[in-house]
Amino acid sequence: MNVAATVPPPNSVKRSPFGTKLLLSEDHPLCPGCGHPVALRVILEVLEELSLVGRSVGIFGHGCSAMMIGQMDVDLNLSLHGRAPATATGVKRMLPDRAVFTMQGDGDMVSEGLAEVLHTAARSEKITCFLLNNGVFGDTGGHMTAASVIGQRTKTDLTGRKAEEHGYPIPISKLVASLDGVSYVARASVHNAAGITQAKRFVRKAFEHQMQRTGFSLVEILTMCPTGWVSKTADGPAYMMETLGQQMGLGELKDSLAAG
Amino acid sequence: MSNPVQSGGTVIIAQDRCKGCELCIPACPPRVLSMSTEKNALGYYFPELAEGCTGCTACHLVCPDYVFEVYRLLPPQPSQSQTSAVQ
Ligand SMILES: Cc1ncc(C[n+]2csc(CCOP(=O)(O)OP(=O)(O)O)c2C)c(N)n1
Ligand code: SF4
Ligand code: SF4
Ligand code: SF4
Ligand SMILES: [Mg+2]
Repeated sequence: MNVAATVPPPNSVKRSPFGTKLLLSEDHPLCPGCGHPVALRVILEVLEELSLVGRSVGIFGHGCSAMMIGQMDVDLNLSLHGRAPATATGVKRMLPDRAVFTMQGDGDMVSEGLAEVLHTAARSEKITCFLLNNGVFGDTGGHMTAASVIGQRTKTDLTGRKAEEHGYPIPISKLVASLDGVSYVARASVHNAAGITQAKRFVRKAFEHQMQRTGFSLVEILTMCPTGWVSKTADGPAYMMETLGQQMGLGELKDSLAAG
Repeated sequence: MSNPVQSGGTVIIAQDRCKGCELCIPACPPRVLSMSTEKNALGYYFPELAEGCTGCTACHLVCPDYVFEVYRLLPPQPSQSQTSAVQ
């Protein structure tokens, strides 16, 4: 028997709403089991919790997450593929008191726009880049990106990435963390509730670095793409942790405030 | 009884929005969610709640389609007469 409530029960406290205040609608076109909407919710919640509502600007790259820009109550701009860090640089320099962030996929950031993110990080722009990394060009069908890890199944190679044939993945967070002028880098994942809670902590720290103007910040969030991986939705989190999660690891790669 | 759940919490399930991914099923620590046998208007099976929800919010955290609203039930308040007897 289904005993779920249909109306708010009497004598209770609401612990979580459906979406967040910054979502205009909870309906979205992303696939069943996609990790992106979870990462987006976490980021919007942090904007609310840090009182950055009305003081934030998001620059989206091209990819599936951009399908949600119409329903987010945040000032947003859709940039050319991979060029979000450059657009965000301009916005932040003109509006230095705003929290400026990018929302990019791995195809967008690591394949199409690698130069943009590296130069922006090296220039120590006071922005936060979010990488929703599923290791595939999800939006255009699930083909391999420069971030697909060894052995990872993609639509263009169902037997997985092979180093001899496809070369090695570019570990973008590691590269960015190695640059001077970069203040905060962390990698999280939305594979389970604990991972999502950790992701939220990293997102909050990245915005805190930005608002203290300590330097560039990047949070990579591993997200499921069962469509691109040709996996069952229910198997998505486990497959993600066996591939992307296991090869790259989760945690903070750089925290200049903690070090200082 | 509009709300028969006597445990620490309950959820409202926006079942029409569910896309049937089943991520919420293993995420629920007391395992009180299971998939329906009926499909919703989108053509997907959706989760149903059995007795024993703790209001932990794990289902809400993992759901990509914002299907869960979670409530923690408060312990019953002492009645007026009991309160005045103590005073
Ligand atoms: C210059 C340019 N090249 C290619 C495309 C087509 N395109 C749109 S989205 C996309 C894939 C994005 O993949 P990713 O950034 O990993 O995002 P995901 O969909 O996986 O979240 C591509 C190749 C484009 N819009 N512009
Ligand atoms: S293709 Fe992948 S990234 Fe895009 S909406 Fe579907 S599951 Fe999400
Ligand atoms: S709130 Fe916790 S216990 Fe209740 S259904 Fe959701 S995951 Fe299960
Ligand atoms: S996680 Fe959400 S969308 Fe997936 S089956 Fe559960 S309620 Fe439905
Ligand atoms: Mg991708």
